[in-house]
Amino acid sequence: MKLKFAKAMIVSAVAAATALTGALASAQEQFIPILSYRVGLYASGGSGFFGGAIDYFNLVNANGGINGVKISWEECETEYNATRGVECYERLKKKGGGASLVEPLGTGIAYGILDRLPTDKVPMTTLGYGRSDAANGQVFPYVFPLITSYWNQAAGMIKYLGDKEGGIEKLKGKKIVHLYHDSAYGKEPFPVLEAYEKSIGFQLIKIPVPHPGTEQNSQWLQIRQANPDYVILWGWGVMNAVAIKTAARVGFPREKMLGVWWAGSEEDTIPAGDAAKGYTTMTFNTPGNYPVIDEIRKKVYGAGKGNLSDKDRIGSVYHMRGVTAAMLWIEGIRNAQNKYGKGKVMTGEQIRWGLENINVDEKRQRELGALNMFPTIKTSCQDHEGSGAVKVQVWDGKAWKAVTPNWVTGDRAMVQKMVAESSAKYAAEKKITPACLPG
Amino acid sequence: MQFFFEVLIAGLLSGVMYALVALGFVLIFKASGVFNFAQGAMVFFAALTTVGLKEEFGLSLWLAIPITMVVMVLLGIATERIVLRPLVNQHDITLFMATIGLTFFLEGLAQLIWGSNVRRLDLGIQDVPIEFVMDKTGMLISQFDVIAAIICAILVAALAILFNKTKVGRALRAVADDHQAALSVGIPLQHVWAIVWAVAGFVALVAGLLWGSRNGVQFALTFVALKALPVLILGGFTSVPGAIVGGLIIGASEKLAEVYIGPYVGGGIEGWFPYVLALVFLLVRPEGLFGEKIIRRI
Repeated sequence: MKLKFAKAMIVSAVAAATALTGALASAQEQFIPILSYRVGLYASGGSGFFGGAIDYFNLVNANGGINGVKISWEECETEYNATRGVECYERLKKKGGGASLVEPLGTGIAYGILDRLPTDKVPMTTLGYGRSDAANGQVFPYVFPLITSYWNQAAGMIKYLGDKEGGIEKLKGKKIVHLYHDSAYGKEPFPVLEAYEKSIGFQLIKIPVPHPGTEQNSQWLQIRQANPDYVILWGWGVMNAVAIKTAARVGFPREKMLGVWWAGSEEDTIPAGDAAKGYTTMTFNTPGNYPVIDEIRKKVYGAGKGNLSDKDRIGSVYHMRGVTAAMLWIEGIRNAQNKYGKGKVMTGEQIRWGLENINVDEKRQRELGALNMFPTIKTSCQDHEGSGAVKVQVWDGKAWKAVTPNWVTGDRAMVQKMVAESSAKYAAEKKITPACLPG
Repeated sequence: MQFFFEVLIAGLLSGVMYALVALGFVLIFKASGVFNFAQGAMVFFAALTTVGLKEEFGLSLWLAIPITMVVMVLLGIATERIVLRPLVNQHDITLFMATIGLTFFLEGLAQLIWGSNVRRLDLGIQDVPIEFVMDKTGMLISQFDVIAAIICAILVAALAILFNKTKVGRALRAVADDHQAALSVGIPLQHVWAIVWAVAGFVALVAGLLWGSRNGVQFALTFVALKALPVLILGGFTSVPGAIVGGLIIGASEKLAEVYIGPYVGGGIEGWFPYVLALVFLLVRPEGLFGEKIIRRI
């Protein structure tokens, strides 16, 4: 028992140390609960993402807050565990005058709290994961899969592979393997890939990898036997590095692998070593350096308030995603302030409206020091995603580089139709009358 | 047919990697009757410490490895002193629970000291097909897996010598047979336990280096222990050769099942198939293939 207690102490110490920088919320502070994971199986991604978000909070605070309102936060360690995540949400949702919004960075936790959000009036963002049909704000008024969803990503993947062949119709007769994490996450793109398989006429071969994916010899031997033209890697955690290394082992060219964005970070390629050279993935951030990242280096890390212990991770994929997420949250709060009162602390309901009316065009991106760091985004009640655009990046052995200079979108009309159908089904199940909430 | 053999050989070589982890369990169970739940955490701790020493202190890998070895031996001795010694004569389940606590402690400690970043470990062994075999047979056999199998063979031979040809080995076997009888003839139980935990720490280091080099050094290394459990059920908890044979059977069967049965049931079966196989073995031979048959007077 003493030793179990020691683990709890370690987890608490980590959370407490990071919470110190956030301090506790006072009446004039906008409180954001951080359901982070810094220990356990997916800790490296969690520490990068939430580190990026907290770095951006510190930058906003260093610059005087949002019209004078400072951001405060408190971390709760979820270890990427759905039960613990829900517990963290319940613990923090009423703190600091009430949670402004929540971002669990985990599909299990997101599903766990989904039905509580309208009652608690807390908006939830799910950048690049979660339910794709939640883009329909009339059915999911408190859920925001900002920028892009799995379905748009899958559509973008097929568009990119088609472009590589010289036109999407040229994929006809080709073989595409979908190597996926054997979970709801891995199966999420099935409807889109199957729709394309039907309309274009390529052969889709689905091969599951049991969790956590530390062994993939049999899957890759099957792939070698099938001799596909492309392999879509829809992995997570250790599965990604193992897939890349096993591909090298069976001699499958990494250039013909296209990973999901959760398989496209330094944490996925560095352990794979030289085998990862030439490996491509989707992304919703253009790799590179940006004025906002430099400002974080200068004002946050320069003041000793940086959240990452390893400064080399500043500007890494997960860190940049965290900065992007926080930037959009702050834009949502700023929008809400513009409507409901500048310099005031906003409620979850008001921030929900703010998130529903985000408009970050190139001009605004430039002002934020993030021009082209992520696609331009304009949300509405009907479109909580706001973009649907993606890019492709390649690992050159040392860093990620953008392959597609412009943002890529797949068949948006097809995806929107699928979103409408799926969300209507959900609305019928839950007896929800689809409608836009009043501002 | 060539494909069948390719799958079979890949499975056998994977099995050797599982056996490597299973060996750590066997050593401790054999000498103390404790099922060490912390073996996976020890594998993770050892690999992370090696890479941490290398990256954070700028040490060469070949210096970081012996230092980690010393750390693992000290950890083994400390485990005996702090965790096991106060629990002598307690029920087996108490000792088992203590090792669960040890698991969480080691996982937390490793991440507290070295952080949670995924790290690369390069042992200088290429994980690519052996060209000679590829040219002659058309089969892709990983150079890394073959070298890992050789290392495992050397380790087993060394353990066999330790158990069968040395004074320490005899003491280990005596303690394994009967704690009290061993104590009554003057064998220091605590010393034997400390030695066996230290040796298990060394085995964890070897497993951690090979698995870490293969998959990257990350928390997922703790999960390799799950691959060792069916190996133990099959091979027996007290047999070193059993761990090897069990590993080979589990490795080969899970790969063959995934490739040849998987497509008919939706795939992804290699996660649970070894456990089903182990359960079938339990029905037929509860002590495992090489485990000691326990006969009790009723």
